[in-house]
Amino acid sequence: MSTAPALDEKIKTVLRDHGRLNKDAMSLNPDADLYQAGLTSHASVNVMLGLEGLFDIEFPDQMLNRSVFSSVQAIRSALLELGVAA
Amino acid sequence: MGQPERLRVGIDLVQISRIRESIAAFGERFAQRLFTAEEIAYAGAEEALAAERFAARFAAKEAALKAFGLSHAGIDWREIEVLRHADGHCSLRLHGKANSLAGAPLDHETALSLSHDGDYAVAIVTALIAAPPITTHSH
Repeated sequence: MSTAPALDEKIKTVLRDHGRLNKDAMSLNPDADLYQAGLTSHASVNVMLGLEGLFDIEFPDQMLNRSVFSSVQAIRSALLELGVAA
Repeated sequence: MGQPERLRVGIDLVQISRIRESIAAFGERFAQRLFTAEEIAYAGAEEALAAERFAARFAAKEAALKAFGLSHAGIDWREIEVLRHADGHCSLRLHGKANSLAGAPLDHETALSLSHDGDYAVAIVTALIAAPPITTHSH
């Protein structure tokens, strides 16, 4: 599976702007646990809205769960599933 | 004799100023994505109180997800609605998937309490849920 570095950078930018993490979002490993990095339920909503605005998408109900926003890698998989280009 | 029941609890704390920032950053989409039309009408009725009312209601939804064990179920926040009654007390109404996964209406009893002070809003949800049948395993 592609690591989709360009997409990961966009995801990290949204995390930097809206995630309120306790570490530098731009240097996160793709599999780093975002909840361990300080992502709250409210901040995850902001991240979701930031991603929806950036990519002009809407996360469907089944993706509105903690695991989808648990890591850069998990977010990337969800975005690819929604048709966002890597 | 009725089914055995289990008491579940969920709590969530939300910083009101963060909600205010979200409203500023995302505009109406923030409220429309998370809240029902009735919740938006109540919270938006007094602009000065909108952020704390949205904060308390968001906390209630998150507390309900915890109480019902639905954090991984993929639930639209609008399926968990906070109702405000004439005497000022609030209760929960579940819709759609949230309602079906939490159990049939007769199978659970819920209670909700909201509070806020300064920059924080908190919600606690308790739920009495019919316990699943006990399964036994032979070894």
